[in-house]
Amino acid sequence: MVFRGRLACYFGGSMVQSGTELKKTPLNSVHRRLGARMVDFGGWDMPVQYSGILEEHAAVRNSVGLFDVSHMGEIEVRGPEALQLVNYASSNNAAKLQVGQAQYSGLLYDHGGFVDDILVHKVDEDHYFICVNASNQEKDYDYISTVNLMKATVEFASDRYAQIAVQGPKALSTIQKLTKTPLETIRYYWFLDAEVNEVPARVARTGYTGEDGFELYVAPERAESTWDALLDAGAEFGIRPCGLGARNTLRLEAKMALYGHEIDATISPLEADLAWIVKFDKPDFIGKTALEKQKAEGIPRKLVGFEMKARGIGRDGYEVMDNGRPVGWVTSGGPAPSLGRNIGLCYVPTEIAQPGRHININIRNQPVEAQIVPTPFYKRAK
Amino acid sequence: MNYPENFHYTKEHEWVSVEGDVGTIGITDHAQHELGDIVYVDLPRAGTSVTQGKTIGSVESVKAVSDIYSPVSGEVIEANQVLAEAPEKLNDDPHGVAWLVKIRLASPEEIKNLLSAADYRTYIGVE
Repeated sequence: MVFRGRLACYFGGSMVQSGTELKKTPLNSVHRRLGARMVDFGGWDMPVQYSGILEEHAAVRNSVGLFDVSHMGEIEVRGPEALQLVNYASSNNAAKLQVGQAQYSGLLYDHGGFVDDILVHKVDEDHYFICVNASNQEKDYDYISTVNLMKATVEFASDRYAQIAVQGPKALSTIQKLTKTPLETIRYYWFLDAEVNEVPARVARTGYTGEDGFELYVAPERAESTWDALLDAGAEFGIRPCGLGARNTLRLEAKMALYGHEIDATISPLEADLAWIVKFDKPDFIGKTALEKQKAEGIPRKLVGFEMKARGIGRDGYEVMDNGRPVGWVTSGGPAPSLGRNIGLCYVPTEIAQPGRHININIRNQPVEAQIVPTPFYKRAK
Repeated sequence: MNYPENFHYTKEHEWVSVEGDVGTIGITDHAQHELGDIVYVDLPRAGTSVTQGKTIGSVESVKAVSDIYSPVSGEVIEANQVLAEAPEKLNDDPHGVAWLVKIRLASPEEIKNLLSAADYRTYIGVE
């Protein structure tokens, strides 16, 4: 048995050349103290697991889990033209946001493919805080700066924030022990600036797991004390530190896209089943013309969910077969611990992108039976 | 972890235990630990011919697929049915109940190519 780039095959992203110094989050020494297994994730030295992916996954579904996601990037856009820039650079309609509200959106190229998928937070009328993917952050900053013809102020702010995700049905109770701010007043995809463990924190009710939960943005020098306080506060609920392994199984069950897998520069939001983040009725934005054309001409391929019907696991990059011919590829696939099934996402031609349709996944040159199913695979009880 | 003295090991983290002309093969405790939670095991059927050092199946953890290389040549006489229903047993007892396949050895002298328990422990860096 050979232990191949374990995350390389799972998370994609740009794997750095060996010898390159890995980037570290402010919580790096904490992960090592906790005995995490560390991997090179797109140039970052990150924990893939602590106690085990299945146990961490279950903690988030049943109680609460803690994730260091400080590798994510932050970009701040300020000034009277801030909205104009954000709305031109991204595909969702930031004009609909109220102060304290967040929105999932696409940063698109002119041809309609993804530069990145992003979370736009409206901090103030003239201030937007954008959370972006770790491996795309420099590219995103350059891109937004380049298209900033309206002279808004664009700041690369990643160095000023650590990000900790607290996810699961006991996330609220865990954080509530550390703050006077009543967290139940924060609605899903809203945020506010509060004090957590006596430290200023941006508390957003967002996440990447399909559970209720929060993402906390704190100063890097406060990351360790915040992390430790959260672990203590969550102890009574059986809180678990969670790595990127569980983060991936959780987001896959919830059918949340991962850049480099479901989306990239060659994929449009219409193909990725993300038409809801494209607002054609707002003023001009980058990619609009290309997407209007794609919509008018028809979308050739679509992202769908599948479930394995025979023994085997369809993994990232495997071919999708229909009647013996290759028609698409698996973008993410693996076991769904909460469902006890093997699931995945794949691109197939639009004409066969129907739930119930039988397909085959080519697993090491063997076509293995699978079926297209409705998504998300997992939806929490409200 | 105890690496049985009577097992022979590969650098690819398989083991074989020989009794008469039958070798029982498995993966090592080090391998299961490196893989993490094991969720699927793909094994050859009885009757399959296998060659030392060649792939005979795969073990899948939550996050990755790893090939299994046969430590010996011969013919598969039995695959462990326990693993079809309970692959997680490979995490619990890789040197015991979670053996993979039994092989009728074609060339018993191949065992010379394998590592002793002491050498394997040195190879993976445990004392």
